[in-house]
Amino acid sequence: MTPVLLEAAGLSCRRAGRLVFDGLSFGLAGGELLALTGRNGSGKTTLLRALALLAPTAAGRILWQGEDVGHDRESWRRRIAWLGHLDGLKGDLGVRENLAVAARLRDEPSDRIDGALAAFELGPLARREVRTLSAGQRRRVALARVASSHAPLWLLDEPLNALDAPSQGALGGVLARHLAAGGLAIAATHAPIEVAGARALELGR
Amino acid sequence: MSGFGALLARDLRLVWRRPGDVMVVLAFFVVATVLFPLGIGPESNLLARIAAGILWCAALFAALLSLDRLFAADHEDGALDLLLLAPWPLELAALAKCLAHWIVTGLPLAALAPLMGVAFGLSGEGLGALCLTLLVGTPTLSLVGGLAAALTLGARRGGALLALLALPLCVPTLIFGAGAVEAVAMGEGFATHLAILGALALMALATLPWAIAAALRQAGE
Repeated sequence: MTPVLLEAAGLSCRRAGRLVFDGLSFGLAGGELLALTGRNGSGKTTLLRALALLAPTAAGRILWQGEDVGHDRESWRRRIAWLGHLDGLKGDLGVRENLAVAARLRDEPSDRIDGALAAFELGPLARREVRTLSAGQRRRVALARVASSHAPLWLLDEPLNALDAPSQGALGGVLARHLAAGGLAIAATHAPIEVAGARALELGR
Repeated sequence: MSGFGALLARDLRLVWRRPGDVMVVLAFFVVATVLFPLGIGPESNLLARIAAGILWCAALFAALLSLDRLFAADHEDGALDLLLLAPWPLELAALAKCLAHWIVTGLPLAALAPLMGVAFGLSGEGLGALCLTLLVGTPTLSLVGGLAAALTLGARRGGALLALLALPLCVPTLIFGAGAVEAVAMGEGFATHLAILGALALMALATLPWAIAAALRQAGE
């Protein structure tokens, strides 16, 4: 049994004065993926933002290896790779350039970029400006950005958005490799992600 | 510190890829200053007397013109979340964005203003004072405008609100900037004006990055 790395204890979040979820608890060990499911507005994005400390929590604690993550925010941010519902890419920069800039902004080496580009079949597009790409191609670039980071915890908001079937397969492969290397992932999703080590957490029941 | 350099380099590269955005600002500055002689008439004494005020005001408006995109672009494409999640202080990110804005607007405006000053019949010394005061004063405009841009993120009609917030805060800089050129015209030195402009810039530098970072965190929630 691998030890639990990430633990949420009694999390509650408010959005616009309304409690979106209350007393939410879960634990996640290395090699596990937590798929957040639930209706629109059930708080999947809010939970992801709360875990990243982008949104405040009304109650509860988020622990990493038993330590409250709010105590050392910079170390916590170093452990997170983020994919929001927006891609976070610069249209005027090239595909590879976007990934290189993102790595420098995260103060990380750029040694995983080529592998990540290859995994999402972006090699031939590496020099194209991102604004000339389709929505699905841009999503793949954003996913490659996550895959090229050295962070152990991936927080993914609707990663399958706009992806075609082969790209969904590529994402499954990348996630499987990340989990096999001891990484963790939490993904808000409507469609099931088929990877070994995936568990589901339904919000808003 | 490497994140700071990376963000500065990214923003400068983005401007370089789309030089039109900066050109529009500089063109606005030139056109706005040229309108005054046309409206007031070719009375050279009067023009030389009010030149400093006009050029400073035009520089202020030109700087504001480009500020509403400062954080809005990152807000719209999701890059702001990545800055909020970068493992180094957001205050440094705020400073890097404002520095990039100053390099692509404040600096060229300070270089362009003396050229426009010649058209207004400013003396050589007055031109020097204008260029120096703009160099020392425009960083304050970038920082104050950065705060207004961060506070109005996501607001409807953010651009107008931004100007409404930033303009009053820029009044001290405007008074001492234009005052320096007038002091030179009166045959006095402008060292005091320059020192006060420098003090204003340092005060902005010491406080506003924290305020901007707080406003950005608020916008991210």
